[in-house]
Amino acid sequence: MQVKLSINGEKHEADVEPRLLLVHLIREVLRLTGTHIGCDTTHCGACTVLMDGRPVKSCTVFAVQASGREIMTVEGLEQDGKLHPLQEGFMAEHGLQCGYCTPGMLMTSYAFLKKHPAPSEDDIRWAISGNLCRCTGYVNIVKAVQYAAAKLQQGGA
Amino acid sequence: MALRTSSDVGGMGHSIKRKEDPRFIRGKGTYVDDLQLPGMLYLDIVRSPYAHAKIKKIDTAKALAVPGVLAVITGQDLAKYNLHWMPTLMSDTQMVLPVEKVMYQAQEVAAVLATSRYAAADGMAAVEVQYEPLPVVVDPRKALEPGAPVLRTDKKDKKDNHIWHWEWGDRAATDRAFAAADVTVKQDIYIPRIHVASIETCGCIAHFDKVNEKLTVWMTTQAPHAIRTVFALVAGHVGLAEHKIRIISPDIGGGFGGKVPVYPGYVIAVAASVLTGKPVKWIEDRMENLQADSFARDYHITAELAAKKDGTLTALRIKTLADHGYADAAANPSKFPAGLFHVCTGSYDLKAAHVEVDGVYTNKPPGGIAYRCSFRVTEAVHTIERMVDLMAHQLGVDAADFRMKNFIRPEQFPYKSALGWEYDSGNYAGALQLAMKRIGYAELRREQAEKRKRGELMGIGISSFTEIVGAGPSKHFDILGLKMFDSCEIRIHPTGKAIARFGTKSQGQGHETTYAQILAEELGIPAKDIQIEEGDTDTAPYGLGTYASRSTPVAGAAAAMAARKIQDKARKIAAHLLEAAPDDLVWEPGKFSVKGAADRFKTIQDIAFAAYTNHPQGMEAGLEAVSYYDPPNLTYPFGSYICVVDIDKGTGEVKVRRFVAVDDCGNIINPMIVDGQIHGGLTMGFAPALMEEISYDEIGNIQGGSFIDYLLPTAVETPKWETDKTCTPSPHHPLGAKGVGESATVGAPAAIANAVVDALWHLGVRHVDIPITPPKVWKLLREKGVTE
Repeated sequence: MQVKLSINGEKHEADVEPRLLLVHLIREVLRLTGTHIGCDTTHCGACTVLMDGRPVKSCTVFAVQASGREIMTVEGLEQDGKLHPLQEGFMAEHGLQCGYCTPGMLMTSYAFLKKHPAPSEDDIRWAISGNLCRCTGYVNIVKAVQYAAAKLQQGGA
Repeated sequence: MALRTSSDVGGMGHSIKRKEDPRFIRGKGTYVDDLQLPGMLYLDIVRSPYAHAKIKKIDTAKALAVPGVLAVITGQDLAKYNLHWMPTLMSDTQMVLPVEKVMYQAQEVAAVLATSRYAAADGMAAVEVQYEPLPVVVDPRKALEPGAPVLRTDKKDKKDNHIWHWEWGDRAATDRAFAAADVTVKQDIYIPRIHVASIETCGCIAHFDKVNEKLTVWMTTQAPHAIRTVFALVAGHVGLAEHKIRIISPDIGGGFGGKVPVYPGYVIAVAASVLTGKPVKWIEDRMENLQADSFARDYHITAELAAKKDGTLTALRIKTLADHGYADAAANPSKFPAGLFHVCTGSYDLKAAHVEVDGVYTNKPPGGIAYRCSFRVTEAVHTIERMVDLMAHQLGVDAADFRMKNFIRPEQFPYKSALGWEYDSGNYAGALQLAMKRIGYAELRREQAEKRKRGELMGIGISSFTEIVGAGPSKHFDILGLKMFDSCEIRIHPTGKAIARFGTKSQGQGHETTYAQILAEELGIPAKDIQIEEGDTDTAPYGLGTYASRSTPVAGAAAAMAARKIQDKARKIAAHLLEAAPDDLVWEPGKFSVKGAADRFKTIQDIAFAAYTNHPQGMEAGLEAVSYYDPPNLTYPFGSYICVVDIDKGTGEVKVRRFVAVDDCGNIINPMIVDGQIHGGLTMGFAPALMEEISYDEIGNIQGGSFIDYLLPTAVETPKWETDKTCTPSPHHPLGAKGVGESATVGAPAAIANAVVDALWHLGVRHVDIPITPPKVWKLLREKGVTE
């Protein structure tokens, strides 16, 4: 089947099997490997991308369901060589260790902060509870999101 | 520890930002599954639905008819090359693919090779296997009963399911101490089977280049060099010589011990690539990862502790059944079958102890591994910390006071434990005092007393653990004979920048940053000017890898020693440049100056340039060094954790209200990274204490084989950790460091379990096995007559 979609603002077309998963289209056909696979069952969130601005777990979305949609992946966060405040925050607050869950955490947090620009710590913890991290104990991920929220509030991006 | 370098140099003690982060925050890391090679084939694995069954027939016809499927590999195919079995790291054997029977649910049965990931999965589903179920042995106690089915029928002389018996300590002295004791306590403690569940699963790409006869394997391994040697030893007879094997560990998405073993999937992928001459990718999915990869723990412990009536602890006695599954495939680099379990006397000055462990075969996956700790240390710490708490409660003494009374005192270090370990340094009372101050211990006890009057369930639990890390002294530690040293090779370039390579492999610990900081400290070259590489066996010096918190204690020490060799040569070059005697020069990080004439100096950058352009006559050019460091002893990080829980009488839910962790890991390289390691370690201590378990039903069906029922903590369940430090440097480590990656995983579960028992002691509860789940507590409360 023919799929036409936009990823990070760039138009793509591909002829795919109807059963091809969106994450495999992104990673293996279009070779954007920042989106990871951790569980195949929608639990871990390593494969989170945005579809029309909403976070989805791309391991349980078919590529054909994304046809005509706007997809954003971790590779789309940096604009014109400038890091997004979330990316800055994760680095400044040591919000990552092995880096494997990080792209999913960034995308979930990105969508969350768009809707909730001034969240409490508990709001952030609930927001990222569909994304598992085995390294950080979440403490510094929460701080990284707070860092980004503060910077975005000040008009940082 | 005072800072010796500026923040621009970024030596020890600076929280510099990580060098690995710029690629990870952009999604530009390179994990194994990110690589795609031209012409690459994909492997998928057929797995057994039975825990114990004869294989009567494997019919591959339908699978081979699936478009894109090229081959189905069975045990019979590997048997032609004698590769259907492989040795384990514990000198046992395990199957790569079976010929006669399967021994656990999810065991590899056959492998399908295809041109795409999807075709391989289709082929896998189309392979038809006929099984004849056999009696299943799940319980290790039943496995040892006379008449139990003998599982390892492949071993000619094997008449039972007993693997080994190991005992340590002075049995007679321990028995005497128990006979003379005023008070004894005894408790069965089960430490269940769990799984590290790193978010990246395991996998590899094997590429055999037929022209150059060279095998390159990109794989999720924590120990690339040891893997290379193992491959050469196991597959030498099919032509894989060690100089023709290159193992590359790219970025690794978490390891925690689960990426130390050699799994059958790796071996099948290598065999498939050698046969086809094409790159072969094998990536396991999450269920394969949880169901078939090495488990951790599964220790059935009976412990006894003896004391005088004044509360002085005297002796410890432990008997344990270790459930190893169908093969002892432990990733245990020590000479002891139960790893470092005999550090079980913990932080206490016990005069006598005796430990017995028996390894047992069952119809479960082979293993184990350590789940973010040195081998069997969490089991040891959990046991002693539960038992000490039990004794304190039994005697009616406050758990903190009781620990203070029995701690090894600072002046007793170096301390020889009753079971033979020499603890390097410690101040256990100092750490506990700080934790009590931070959490407001006395006030919490008052609050608890009030709440108890009102019938509310609140508990306070302490764990004052001693870790044992940094394997290790080669007299005690090896992998198949390979001594447990580690290595660092440094080259300083003419412009004063550097590259350093190591035999370890980071899986998220931040080695690219912390190793650079060690070299910055020792050489005064800014950390940002030092490139760190590890994980490629063609370029890095030989080393045994990263696990057991050994990177800082061993490879970190190697970095310091190699840097000091460079400093020695730099001194001679500086003396030549300054026309002074080498002994008249004074070193401070980054430069040599003439004693009493501070304005006459040469920077390390001046010296590096001279090493290639103007070195003294008779001296070799260049500025580089290698160190292979064999530590004189292990290091013994420690800490005291205090946990406050509230228990919901209606649901049985245990809520961790506060958790204060005071850690002492000696001198710190990067405080930011140390805190991150502790946060993560605490969460991996919290997880098995309250949530994670892999169990089996009576016919060997796994419970907890996916993220649906194997529960990892999310940000919501995870407590808001409060951390603090004391600093007691290691006297034998060149930097005074001890290692920190696993302390919290080791120490946390006992604090939580102790808090729960503390909350329920007045109801007559003496022990609760982890994981302390709501149904378990709910049932216990109802048994004790507690209602909402």
